[in-house]
Amino acid sequence: MRFLSTFRRRRAARPLLLAFALFVMGLLYTAAAPAPQVSADTGTSAQVAAGKGLFQVSCASCHGLNGEGSSAGPTLVGVGAAAADFQVSTGRMPMAQPGAQAPRKVNTYTAEEITALASYVASLGPGPAIPSAAQYAPGNLTAEQIARGGELFRTNCSACHNFEGAGGALPGGKYAPPLKGLSGQTIFEAMRTGPQQMPVFGAGAIPDQDAATIVAYLDQLHAQPSAGFTLGGLGPVTEGLFGWIIGIGGLCLIAIWIASRGARAR
Amino acid sequence: MSHDTTHDALVPVGDHPVSDPGIEPHVPRYTDADVAAGNNAYRRILGLLALVPVLAIVNAVVYFAVPRTASFNVIGTNFNASVLFLGLTGGLAVLLIGIAMVAWARDIMTDQEIAEERHPAGSSDEVRAAALDKINAGIAESGVGRRKLILAALGGGMGALAIPAVVLLADMGPWPLGDERRRTIEKTIWTEGVRLVNDVNKLPLKASDIELGQLVNGEPATLFDIHDGADFQVQRAKAAIIVVRMDPASIKIPASRQEWQVNGILAYSKICTHVGCPISLWEQQTHHLLCPCHQSTFDLGNSGLVVFGPAARALPQLPITVDAEGYLVARGDFTVPVGPSYFERDSSKDFKEGDQ
Repeated sequence: MRFLSTFRRRRAARPLLLAFALFVMGLLYTAAAPAPQVSADTGTSAQVAAGKGLFQVSCASCHGLNGEGSSAGPTLVGVGAAAADFQVSTGRMPMAQPGAQAPRKVNTYTAEEITALASYVASLGPGPAIPSAAQYAPGNLTAEQIARGGELFRTNCSACHNFEGAGGALPGGKYAPPLKGLSGQTIFEAMRTGPQQMPVFGAGAIPDQDAATIVAYLDQLHAQPSAGFTLGGLGPVTEGLFGWIIGIGGLCLIAIWIASRGARAR
Repeated sequence: MSHDTTHDALVPVGDHPVSDPGIEPHVPRYTDADVAAGNNAYRRILGLLALVPVLAIVNAVVYFAVPRTASFNVIGTNFNASVLFLGLTGGLAVLLIGIAMVAWARDIMTDQEIAEERHPAGSSDEVRAAALDKINAGIAESGVGRRKLILAALGGGMGALAIPAVVLLADMGPWPLGDERRRTIEKTIWTEGVRLVNDVNKLPLKASDIELGQLVNGEPATLFDIHDGADFQVQRAKAAIIVVRMDPASIKIPASRQEWQVNGILAYSKICTHVGCPISLWEQQTHHLLCPCHQSTFDLGNSGLVVFGPAARALPQLPITVDAEGYLVARGDFTVPVGPSYFERDSSKDFKEGDQ
């Protein structure tokens, strides 16, 4: 024991001893602490409870304390987890202010919080669930299937969202948002839940495999490079504006240049 | 051509009330007066034209060297490299030729202004009299002065040729008389018991699968039995429908149309009654259907009545019910012709505000 008494008065002895004591305490705790319970049911209930907490902070002022709705917001009973996931993950909900339409904005919730909110909304009443990747991106789609997705898109979606998915205007300040850069999950959820003015495009008419071809078609369409500026892909409006102002305006300037008098000697 | 370069024509000439000021005195251009400036302009034009072969060769090189699928992303736009550079080099080459020619005309070609006097348009009296004499002589020699019937027979013969022309043109299509209209534009292939199917994927619609707020772009199941391409398109255009489901408590269903719907599932023609654009821009919450062509708006929650825009008639509703297996089927054809108006159309049966 001469070793201990020799180093007892060294300057490093006290901090080292403290670190050693903490390490021992840690070891004891891991050995003695009860193992966390792993149970699916408890997890879901905890998620729903967490979701309810989040709901009461951010959503209840419009949608009611139990999601029953109020004059400011519709009931959420039966809208399903997919609707909650769509609205919150695209930043549409919670709405910053009342208006004709909730705009897309940066989502400030974590994926975990959105899942909790969605499971709480799903617990209010049965509705469409959050789709799995196997539903909206099954992979190995043939060119023929993707072309048919295009046909379905032009029949069902292009009336509002434009042929290129560039979006379009609706009456009264409402609009159909552009579809560029959206995830397959978002598109799929929008089809199944019909957010805001958008109708529901349910599995009764467009089954999952057909909805997946629409998602694949949009991905392919938006990956295609253009030969020049697309001018927003809005068709005759921007193209006409460009043609009349830049095109014909440029021709007028050239005509003025041709007819103008150049520099004179005196 | 008379070159009028005099500047002393300030006295009234002939019967002109205002004296002719003549042409502005000519001032030589900078490029005419200064040899160095002229040479600069010359070199500038040569430089522009010399770029054209370079661009032409680059264009050919791009055509062979740049892969068709190559693309790059600049300022948020995904450009196809091959098409973009082919267009840029080809377009710039043509533009440079044009600019060089304009610069040539402005800086090098002579800019002496020239006036050319107009001649009177009419011929002299002698020439006119001589021409008339020749015409009269021709008429006299042709013999129609004495044998007048020749001209009448010629006119009659040519007039009679109008008969085959009128007959051929009139027979180019069916006459749009009552029977023909009832057989074509006043009828679609919807008949009793025909199932409503989704367009494109031909899925029959089950009433229990249609959700509240759902919109389906539908067609009759019998459409897909038509294999003649032209007939298929004609029937598809006329029979197109939109099927929507609304909460029956939130919409107005008149007593005469209670049997036309299934628990708030209603079917309407997809063809606008204004000029016949296909409409499927439906707002789920307001129940309004908006035509993209001229903004006619129909209220599908109120028998398709027009709430805005140039359309004059309500959207025709298709009476539907369910069959034994629960699928949506038509109860018959539309009760009024679908699509835009025409002169002979009987609009007395169209649904109007206040009908029951």
